[in-house]
Amino acid sequence: MITLSHYIVLGAILFCVSVAGLFINRKNVIVLLMAIELMLLAVNINFVAFSRFSHDVAGQVFVFFILTVAAAESAIGLAILVLLFRNRSTVNVAEIDSMKG
Amino acid sequence: MPTINDILIMLPEFFLVTAACVLLLADAFMKPAERIYLHWMSIGVLIVTGYLVLRYQPGVPVTAFNGMFIRDGLSTILKLFALLSTILVFIYGRPYMVDRKLFVGEFYTLMLFAVIGVMLLVSAGNLVMIYLGLELLTLSSYALVALNRDSSLSSEAAIKYFVLGALSSGMLLYGMSMVYGATGTLDLVQLHTAIPHSAMPHLLVFGLVFMVIGISFKLGVAPFHMWIPDVYEGSPTAVTAFIGSASKLAAFGMAFRLLATGMGDFSQHWQLMLAALAVLSLAIGNVVAIVQSNLKRLLAYSTISHMGYLLLGLVNAGPEGYSAAMFYAVSYALMSTAAFGVILALSRTGFECENIDDFKGLNQRAPWMAFLMMLALFSLAGVPPMFGFFAKLLVLQAAIHAGMMWLAIVGAVFAIIGLYYYLRVVKVMYFDKPVEGTEVRLQPDFTLRLTLSLNALVLLGLGLYWGPLLNWCRQAFVG
Repeated sequence: MITLSHYIVLGAILFCVSVAGLFINRKNVIVLLMAIELMLLAVNINFVAFSRFSHDVAGQVFVFFILTVAAAESAIGLAILVLLFRNRSTVNVAEIDSMKG
Repeated sequence: MPTINDILIMLPEFFLVTAACVLLLADAFMKPAERIYLHWMSIGVLIVTGYLVLRYQPGVPVTAFNGMFIRDGLSTILKLFALLSTILVFIYGRPYMVDRKLFVGEFYTLMLFAVIGVMLLVSAGNLVMIYLGLELLTLSSYALVALNRDSSLSSEAAIKYFVLGALSSGMLLYGMSMVYGATGTLDLVQLHTAIPHSAMPHLLVFGLVFMVIGISFKLGVAPFHMWIPDVYEGSPTAVTAFIGSASKLAAFGMAFRLLATGMGDFSQHWQLMLAALAVLSLAIGNVVAIVQSNLKRLLAYSTISHMGYLLLGLVNAGPEGYSAAMFYAVSYALMSTAAFGVILALSRTGFECENIDDFKGLNQRAPWMAFLMMLALFSLAGVPPMFGFFAKLLVLQAAIHAGMMWLAIVGAVFAIIGLYYYLRVVKVMYFDKPVEGTEVRLQPDFTLRLTLSLNALVLLGLGLYWGPLLNWCRQAFVG
């Protein structure tokens, strides 16, 4: 029997994976974009699970909005990434450090 | 079903959305020489929106679209000042953008859409609206930061802003999902009533922590401030001025909606979190600013400390604290537009005028600009009788009345430490010899000079005559 807590734990694991992906990753900016998407999907699992178990449809509607905004967000993220690559010829996170202090 | 009344309540937003779309379309048919019309039309649109916000002011808070949208005193004041600071940014930014070949239609339409985001955010009555308003604001801001497409710094700032902004939105959403799970509602007013009866108070606290982290990222409070200095330095100065003024008003509005409207009865849990964040950002902001040599970076660290002061007001968790924090947010928006306005007025093609050394001996070259900058810096530092002094006084008072004397003492001590780096810039402007090769050539734009002078003099004027604005802020939280 799958209960609410199974879904919440799954959401938490995905969320932790994505946060770890953001902070541990030192190689590639594209991986950062993937981690961000994963984070939003973890949130979506939470919303759908809570919505299903509390018999309230609002949470599932919220998920649609999150999915739409996530699409717009990744479009902008990729556009900025292209810009960065054109100016810097690198997508290595460790090399994007010209501003300090 | 939406009624005509709903639409009337949201009329300013509807007008601004329509006008922004029309301007977006109009821009496609404009020749580059005609773009100046777009500039004045955008300013006109913002003025009309401000009039619509002011025209109909309900005595009691009213809601539209089943509680999705709240129109009350707080939203009116924040919207008006967000519109005002955007108008100022348009006026100050135009010569700068023309010089750098960034005077394009995207700048205006993206700014207008960001302002719509601000307006929806401060009026949000539902977690969905908070998220959508926030994303409308931040997605437009990411693009604005990257507007200077050939600048390596600009694109670096944009990617940093994007990644950390998306991370903070994710944190906020995760917190929202937990709060939704614990209470079963997304409506902020219903959330307020549902919190005492929640079956899962631990889940609620867990969600609250994530929401506070998300809010801190957006405000730029330490230890979630990493993006602020890089974004301030890397983006075009006109965009920096917008991020430093209207965005901060929006972030305050979001913090109020989530923490006070939504979780007001839960304040014993978030008060101490905010107090700790306030102390950290006062310390980091004021101390790290001392070693900066770039004025935009210095102002970025000053933002971090100012957001710490704003939190001192929120810590109070009562009408007095909220009104003090709002007064602070408004005063900060006016002060930072003035400071960035001077930087914009002194910049020209190939010369950013952003290093403190560029300001050496400014008094001998452009005494009026040096005076305006001095007013802005004194106000930021909180020197009486400037506007910023009373704003600081009120938040410190609010912290004392919340029973946190220690917090007020910390705030006062760091205000004195902060004085040092503001006064250093004033000293450089008035007592140092100018450096060769940094000749100041003022922007010839008359509107810019007039508005900038008014902006800076208002800081002095409101410092001497601050009663009406404070009363207005207080009335927003009565009842």
